[in-house]
Amino acid sequence: MGDFTAQELTAIFVMQGFSGLSLFCVFLLMALGLAIIFGQMGVINMAHGEFLTLGAYITYLVSYQASEWGATALTWYFPVAIVAAFAGTFALGYLVERFMIRYLYNRPLDTLLATWGLGLILQQVYRSTFGPREKTVTMPDWLLGSYRATDMIDIPLNGLFILVITLVLTVALFALLYRSRWGIKVRATTQNRSMANAAGINTDRVDRLTFALGCGIAGVAGAAFTTIASTGPTTGSLYIVDTFLVVVFGGAASLLGTVVSAFGIAQSQSILSFFWSGSMAKVFTLLTVVVTLMLRPQGLFASKVRR
Amino acid sequence: MNLLTPGRRPLSRSWLAGLAAVTLGASALFGPAHAAAPATDEVMTTGLAVTDDTVNVGILHSLTGTMAISETGSIQAEKLAIKQINEQGGILGRQIEYTVEDGASDWPTFAEKARKLLQGDKVATVFGCWTSASRKAVLPVFEQNNGLLYYPTFYEGLEQSKNVFYTGQEATQQILAALNWANEELGAKSFYLVGSDYIWPRTSMKIARTHIEKHLGGRVVGEDYYPLGNTQFGSLINKIKLKRPDLVFAAVVGGSNVAWFKQLKAAGMTAKRQPMLTISVTEDEVLGIGKQNVEGFYSSMKYFQSLDIPSNKEFVEAFKAEYGDDAVIGDVTESAYLGPWLWKRAVEKAGSFDVDKVVAASDNMEWKEGMPHGYTKVDPNHHLWMRTRIGQWQNDGQAKVVWESDVIEPNPFPEGY
Repeated sequence: MGDFTAQELTAIFVMQGFSGLSLFCVFLLMALGLAIIFGQMGVINMAHGEFLTLGAYITYLVSYQASEWGATALTWYFPVAIVAAFAGTFALGYLVERFMIRYLYNRPLDTLLATWGLGLILQQVYRSTFGPREKTVTMPDWLLGSYRATDMIDIPLNGLFILVITLVLTVALFALLYRSRWGIKVRATTQNRSMANAAGINTDRVDRLTFALGCGIAGVAGAAFTTIASTGPTTGSLYIVDTFLVVVFGGAASLLGTVVSAFGIAQSQSILSFFWSGSMAKVFTLLTVVVTLMLRPQGLFASKVRR
Repeated sequence: MNLLTPGRRPLSRSWLAGLAAVTLGASALFGPAHAAAPATDEVMTTGLAVTDDTVNVGILHSLTGTMAISETGSIQAEKLAIKQINEQGGILGRQIEYTVEDGASDWPTFAEKARKLLQGDKVATVFGCWTSASRKAVLPVFEQNNGLLYYPTFYEGLEQSKNVFYTGQEATQQILAALNWANEELGAKSFYLVGSDYIWPRTSMKIARTHIEKHLGGRVVGEDYYPLGNTQFGSLINKIKLKRPDLVFAAVVGGSNVAWFKQLKAAGMTAKRQPMLTISVTEDEVLGIGKQNVEGFYSSMKYFQSLDIPSNKEFVEAFKAEYGDDAVIGDVTESAYLGPWLWKRAVEKAGSFDVDKVVAASDNMEWKEGMPHGYTKVDPNHHLWMRTRIGQWQNDGQAKVVWESDVIEPNPFPEGY
């Protein structure tokens, strides 16, 4: 890279750092919901991507309504959309747990198949409701374009936005799990279900809310992703593989592990695809993950839990 | 329609039939008439699903799965063309009926459904397939059963079959003229090639690279492929910023395409700062990407909805009347619309639905006008002669045609590329 000035290289370094950071946020947002469901409950939710898509569609509906109401509504609808996306997916998750998942606890293979089937059903429901074509979510102006720090450096505004959402959500989740009464109940249920039951914790209720919360977070992620990617019936399938990768690599039962693994995968992906082509970067990242998991099957952070 | 040729009808009916033929022949001069169709055993000798007043055809696309997003427009166009043909009196006096099968975005399913259409339903022809993978999967089925397929998508070329007509452009038609234009009009000398990682973008970029280096005397400063479904282009955008090519030449498809344009916009890469020419964005894609994100970039296609051609105005009007004012028409949708019309003309010229005769009659059929994209000619290699156009996307989601080539001969097996 001899023919570039120091200024150019600094600019690229900064922008590249930021693009790695926003990839990290995307991975973390995708994985948080799944990490709760998979990590705390041991349920493999193959329909996670479809919950994400639901969040995206709710955002689309809100943006559509806002554009009917005019410019002011269009400027400020996004926070509303995020809340609506959370509420919608939370409710659907609650129902799914109540009528499907609860009958399948301790049967991981059956949950896997059942949730995959649910994912297919949801995809077709989206297709029948919204049509097979992708929808455009009209972005408010403050989310479009970039912040030009210097002449060379552009920081994408939607990247900053996702960064903020990820931060808020992660902190809130940690607080909820480790600083609230409800979090104690969740952790107690994870560690020893029958003991928690004996101590008077309604574990059925805890399960239901945990599952719904995980889905709600997926919904928020879906809403956030409308700023960077597509909204279509099969959008969820774009994310599901990476999501599982992050969660499994991080160690199933550890929220901290998910954060670290998302960071590692995102940075290696981002840096490698700068020097190589995108496909090769993916191959190399996957290889690293496979080798790591061969040497350390429990993932990066294993929790010491009596099963 | 060959109304006045006496047919081999049963004797007892010949009198009446003759009378009918005369009256209806007269009325055919003024309006549609399909009662006087030639007898079935004259127009079909190979056991196809043809009756005295109907002919059955197949429509084979993905109604479900990832590809449904792209194939919906094609189905709509094919149904519209069939409806219009029926309103004009059908083909050889027979109304077209269709059987729709769902390939479900799954290539083995495409092959299975193709077999069902050809062997079970005995359809006279099939309009369908979208991805090259699905076409490759059904090709042996069509060749073994001597079926007929009209395939609408622009594709990488390197294929030719007696049983397939390719109504979209092959790679050289779409790419070479576009690159020449970029070289001459934009003065582009350095190019950055970007694509999704599968056969069509890879082949297209190979052709593009050869053309740029050998014929334009330009440089390729970067070439990158991302897996289908990739949604993160941050690193790629930074690389492009660093290399500062005169033109980015892109073939990114599907959900990735949406992410690609949104992130370009977010990174401050507007069309003014970084010109880009794509071969994978039509009006259909713009719907998903968002018009605010594509404004100013270029696409190379044979067809744009905004084309100022009388037959296109009629087509757009009919399409909107059928599917609503919000409906958009992309290049492939228009290609799919051509299929039934190509087939109609060939069947009528052959006077038969038999595949061999239809194929033979198709050679060198020519439309000076009447097709929405303008001049069309069927080459004996089963591809079409047509023009290539460069459209620049406007803020209303439509393209403004900024340049138009001469009619280009299809060349699916380019030498030296």
